[in-house]
Amino acid sequence: MNNTWIRHKGWTWGFRTTVLLYFLILIVLPIAGVYVNSLSDGWSAFVQNIADPIAWKAVLLTLQLALVATVINVAIGTMSAWVLVRYDFPGKSLLNSIVDLPFALPTAVGGLMILVLLGPHSVVGRAASALGLDLVFHQPAIVVAMVFVTFPFVIRAIQPLLEELDTSAEEASYTLGASRALTFFRVILPAMLPGILSGAMLAFSRALAEFGAVVLVAGNIPGRTLTASVYIFGEVESDNEAGAAAVSILLLTLSFLILWLINLVQTRRADT
Amino acid sequence: MKRLWITLTWLVFSILILIPLVVLATGAFGEGTSGFIKALARPEALHALKMTGLIVLVVTLLNGLFGIMMGIYLVRATWLSRRLRQLFNSIVDLPYAVSPVIGGLMIVLLLGPDTIVGAFFEQIGFKVVYAFPGMVIATLFVTFPLMVREVMPVLQELGTDQEQAASTLGAYSWRTFWQVTWPSIRWAVIYGTILTVARSLGEFGAVLVVSGNIINKTQTATTLVYQDMENFNVTAANGVALVLAVFSIGLLLLMERAKKRKEVH
Repeated sequence: MNNTWIRHKGWTWGFRTTVLLYFLILIVLPIAGVYVNSLSDGWSAFVQNIADPIAWKAVLLTLQLALVATVINVAIGTMSAWVLVRYDFPGKSLLNSIVDLPFALPTAVGGLMILVLLGPHSVVGRAASALGLDLVFHQPAIVVAMVFVTFPFVIRAIQPLLEELDTSAEEASYTLGASRALTFFRVILPAMLPGILSGAMLAFSRALAEFGAVVLVAGNIPGRTLTASVYIFGEVESDNEAGAAAVSILLLTLSFLILWLINLVQTRRADT
Repeated sequence: MKRLWITLTWLVFSILILIPLVVLATGAFGEGTSGFIKALARPEALHALKMTGLIVLVVTLLNGLFGIMMGIYLVRATWLSRRLRQLFNSIVDLPYAVSPVIGGLMIVLLLGPDTIVGAFFEQIGFKVVYAFPGMVIATLFVTFPLMVREVMPVLQELGTDQEQAASTLGAYSWRTFWQVTWPSIRWAVIYGTILTVARSLGEFGAVLVVSGNIINKTQTATTLVYQDMENFNVTAANGVALVLAVFSIGLLLLMERAKKRKEVH
């Protein structure tokens, strides 16, 4: 076969350069751009943008709500993973397949589903307002939206660990006379812990970043129901790109730190 | 005890996923089948669905090809130093940590009409932001890691023995790729493709910021759902959302299949 013209070094070189350039321009350039853009007017301008009470309150609120959502997810996720791995019951494979649905569904659709489910005209919404509780356009709805979009993380992180866990360690614990509770806290929980941790961190960082589901259900009242990502969106809409960029790099740096921590936990696990 | 846990798990799944899905479906047909069809037959709905389809197509093609190549380079490229490969490897994940809105903002900051690059493109009559190219770039950014992350572990597990054998036997590197590498990464690529399709189908935040959400021009299916809700047009929003949900569930089923095949080989 005579394809020496393809074999030419220049082609290989050009091909490699194209792929690397694509990667650098698409991923590295935009991220660097936000940092440069936001810090180019000096630190004082950056600090001024962050010191805007609406801005820092939005970041603080997002942190709080994401934390609540993560705690809820750790609880229901640990339970669900346990039940899905250890028990046999009707509908098990159905539940196991729909765990990933929040990942597959567009987040705007997720938000709409929560809005329709909890809205003022729905059964839940009416019951809640009869009790004097406000759901939609208030903080509870934001937490529900965050829990919904991050639901798969904890479950999917724990499941493989539970499947790997040798039941003999548990049985040994029982034969030695340990109670169920003791066995759970001494044998099973330590085995699940790395999964719970990395799942929780992934869920937390995703909840911090979530926009689609939250923007639909939140009332967007500054300081009360305005989350950081929605704030950024609002600033872009009103042409205050510097303010948007300042909050963005705050949020980005936080997310990168969490990502780095997750990598640390995972490589440590791989080493041992 | 066991019963209680199972019941609780069913309850969590029902409240969080199953009941909302049912409510969404009934909401879409709240004004009967004709209401559902009317919501979808609106010109803006048809246009939005077409835009979403185009974005999915372009993004999946581009990120599919470049994602596979990037995955191969990150695992195999001896012409890149180990350090550099490790650095690139950690950068690949960054879009996961970036809020979609920030992803959109990045594109506006770099290519918006007020920037040098943006102004240049505008001058030669090529609009990037608030137009199709910007929406594609934003979605490319968000979905880039998906394919890379599917291809890499398979290549790592595979090792280089077979490929080296093929090369020493004199096979040309493209042939090595097609006959040795491709068959083993095929299912990972299919899985990565489905993930990319699902993610670009549902991308909302980044596209909303970059597109400006202009009806009949830059509106996608997800941003139309958002606008319908803002206009309190609940039935229409439910209709479009239901179409998206059906697609997502279909993709999820495909993923389950691909996952099984991926594990078998």
